[in-house]
This record gives sequence, C-alpha cells and structure tokens, in this order.
Amino acid sequence: MKASVFATRNHKEIVRDPLTLLFGMGLPMLLMWLFSVMQKNMPFALYEISNLTPGVIVFSFSFLTLLSGMLLGKDKSSSFLMRIFASPLSASDYILGYVLPLLPIALLQIIFCILAAVFLGLSLNISVLLMVGVLIVISLLYIGFGLLLGTIFTDKQVGGIFAIFVNLSTWFSGTWFEPDMIGGTFQSITQFLPFVHAVNAARAVLSGAYSDVFVPLSIVLGYTVFIFMIAILLFQRKIRGQS
Amino acid sequence: MTIEIDGLTKQYKEHVVVDQLSLNIKMGEFFALLGQNAAGKTTTIKMLCGLLSPTAGDALLDGESIVHHQVAAKKKLNISPQETAVAPNLTVFENLLLMGRIYGCSKTEAKKRASAQMNLFGLTPRQSNKAKTLSGGYKRRLSVAMAMMSNPKILFLDEPTLGMDVRARRDLWKILNQLKGQVTIVLTTHYLEEVEMLADRVGIMHRGRLRTLGTVQQLKHETKKNSLEDVFLELTEEGAL
Ligand SMILES: Nc1ncnc2c1ncn2[C@@H]1O[C@H](COP(=O)(O)OP(=O)(O)O)[C@@H](O)[C@H]1O
Ligand SMILES: [Mg+2]
Repeated sequence: MKASVFATRNHKEIVRDPLTLLFGMGLPMLLMWLFSVMQKNMPFALYEISNLTPGVIVFSFSFLTLLSGMLLGKDKSSSFLMRIFASPLSASDYILGYVLPLLPIALLQIIFCILAAVFLGLSLNISVLLMVGVLIVISLLYIGFGLLLGTIFTDKQVGGIFAIFVNLSTWFSGTWFEPDMIGGTFQSITQFLPFVHAVNAARAVLSGAYSDVFVPLSIVLGYTVFIFMIAILLFQRKIRGQS
Repeated sequence: MTIEIDGLTKQYKEHVVVDQLSLNIKMGEFFALLGQNAAGKTTTIKMLCGLLSPTAGDALLDGESIVHHQVAAKKKLNISPQETAVAPNLTVFENLLLMGRIYGCSKTEAKKRASAQMNLFGLTPRQSNKAKTLSGGYKRRLSVAMAMMSNPKILFLDEPTLGMDVRARRDLWKILNQLKGQVTIVLTTHYLEEVEMLADRVGIMHRGRLRTLGTVQQLKHETKKNSLEDVFLELTEEGAL
C-alpha cells in the first residue's frame, strides 16, 4: 500500500524527465535496424533477427539500470531519501517503490523492440509471448544493478559508472559477437557474469528450445536474488542509521 | 517532557562530533540549537530522527526511545533536512500528498491536510508548479510544509533559512511563528536574529558540546552581555571549553 504510493511518485519522477527513457527506447530499435541491414551482407547468422532481438532487448535493459540508479542517487544527494528514511516505511517498501515503476518501462521496451523486429521479419508465435515473460524476469536483474549502484553511489557517480556497466554488459553478452571466438579469459569472464546467460535464456525461449531456458535463467535469477539481498541489506543499515 | 536527551554521543573513530549531550524540551516549546558550522547540530538532529545511531546515550521522544523503539519514535516526528529535500518532478500539491500518504493518511485526509498546509505556507498559488521550478525560498517552505503533513508531535528543522534572501527569511519566520505552540519545534541555525525572533529557549553548541542553555534573557544575564551576539562569541571562542 505505502509501497505503491512511493512507486507512483517514482514513476512520475521518471516519466516526467523522459530524455533517458526515450533514448532507452529509440537506441535499441535503431541498433536492431542497423544490424539487420548488415546481416544481409554477412556470411554467418549472428545478426539474424531471431538472434538479434533477444540480445538487443537485453541490451536495452541497461537503461533500466541507469534510470533506477540515477533516481535513487538523486534522491540520496538531495536528501529526499533522508525524509523517507525518517518515515516509518520499511526497507521492502522502499525497494518495491523503486522496482515497480520500472517494470512497465521494461515491458514497453520489450514491446517496442518486438514490433520493430516483426517489421524486420520476425514471425509472431507463442515463443515470442513466452519470451516476453522470460525477459520481464531478466529485467529485474538490471533494475537490481541500478538499485545497488544508486545505494552506493551519488547520481553523478552513477552516470560515470553506468558507462562502465553498459560496456561490461554489452561486451560480455554475446549479442554482438560470439564469446568463444575469443575464448580464454574473456570466455571465462563471460561465463562468470550473468549477461550472456540472460541473452541465452531469451534466445532459447524464442527459438522454441524451452528446455535450454532453465539453466541460464537460473543463473540470472541467482544473480538477481544476490544483488537484491545486498541492496536490501545496505538499505536497512541506512534506515537504522548504521552507515 | 516531549524530548529527553540523555548523554547522547556520536563518535567517528577518534573524532567526537556530539559529546554527552543532555537536555529536555517541553511540549510545544520552540527550541533553537545554535552553533557554528561543524558544531554537531545536524549530527544531533540525525540521531534524534533515527537516521544515525548514537555511539552512546539515548533520547526519548514523547516517551519512545530512539535506540530501542525506533519505529514508534519515528511516528512522532518529522524533519525538514538541511538540503531542500523535495521531489523535483512532482508538483507542490503532489509532494504534500505523497508525504501524507506515506505516513498512512487516506487520500481524502491527505488532500485536506495538503490544502491546509498550502494555505498556511502561502503555497496555494503554486500548487500545480513542479517543485524543481520553485525559488529557494518556496522550496524551503514546501520542505517544511511536507514535514507538517504527518501532524508530527515534534518537528525538526535543520537550518531552514540557510541561503535565503532577507525577505524570504522573514516570510518563513512569520509562518514558523504560526506553528508555535501547535508542535514542539527543534530548529538549528547559525543566525542569531532567528533565535531572538522565534525561540523560547536556546542551546549553544560548540565542538559537539552544549555550552549553555536557557532563554535569551537568561543567557545575557548570566554572561553579563548586552546582546546574544556577544554571548555567542564568548562561548564559541577558539579554545573556549
Ligand atoms: N560520517 C562522518 N564521518 C566523519 N565525520 C563526520 C561525519 N559526519 C559529520 N562529521 C563531522 O562532524 C562534525 C559536525 O558535523 P555536523 O553535525 O554536520 O555540523 P553542523 O550541522 O553543526 O554544521 C563535522 O566536523 C563533520 O566533519
Ligand atoms: Mg548542519
């Protein structure tokens, strides 16, 4: 109840400053179009629309990290959070308040990208629908990263760290090239980080290989739970004034 | 007593920021905590609001311990932080509603309270302006009005007139004067005029210690000085302890 009041505020705060939001919608669609044009002249299938779509959508989620991280960071540096911490809201109310408004944004990103993909030749079927579900789960990972960044850093620092984050999450995602083409340490890091697993889970469900979804999605979920646990712990400490 | 502070201490490693603070504040009193920058005023307020845990000591807010019954204590108080903590993209009215709702008001009740606060703080003409478009003075008014939305028993105002121009400061004083008696107010400041205009009693803090406590008249009398400024300068002199 109180969480939803706080979530409504956060939703307004995000959509009334829509520049990042528009960028987070527009850029993925542009990338999708560029790469599917390139695909026409390529000897391998990496950028085929069925491969590209899940990767680009997961990439677009890094904007969720930016949005949630910046909002939380700003609330911290303006002392707005101090006001909230002085109120009797619980840690789970805050967390929900910051997570809920980002889910409809994730859904919009998914829908816009799928529409663009259909336009570029993706055929609509039940797997596409199932992929939406899997992607919503994956979006929580990226929202969680944002909360963690926003809890630890100020809004200005989040801007800089986002640049690093977006690079990490892109290079190690397997969207733009196959990590095993490089191999070695790069391949190990890729396997260790959650990003490639997120893309693999979404690709598997879209291709109808449902049994291949389970393992990568579990890794993503594990990471998500872990990140949320740290964020909640840090939040609780701040509420109780132990930081 | 609405506020009973007993031996409240905050220490960062070797640095004692608030040192054995003890004092009582009566219900409905307007209390001013005066001190130079870095005297420990904000740290004291943060501890009293449950935003920072004390290294030692305790305080009772309307009978609830800030160490042992933090959630109960938090329901009694509200704060307008040193920085103007408003939600920038919400309107004045939305900011007020938000605070009411977070403290558990129904929508109708929150709207009623918001209208009342906007009247009191002269914010009604600005009600549909986004907070980020307000001037510093209006932002500060909004910040204090937001704190009043929960009908707190105790209101903490951390340097509410910092950086305001003369007129905005006078306007806010007028408003704060109207709150007098309705709610127990603890205000921190380093403006002496503000204390003389508003406060029933004043405590002067220096390097984390409470140097003196009383009405402005009492302090002048005790130190045999003619103005609060002279009292303040004497008690906060470098090396004074
Ligand atoms: N987290 C912290 N770690 C170490 N020192 C701190 C911390 N927070 C505040 N201080 C120090 O405590 C002192 C008092 O600060 P503060 O309470 O903000 O003073 P005031 O509000 O009276 O200006 C300052 O010297 C400040 O540097
Ligand atoms: Mg201060």
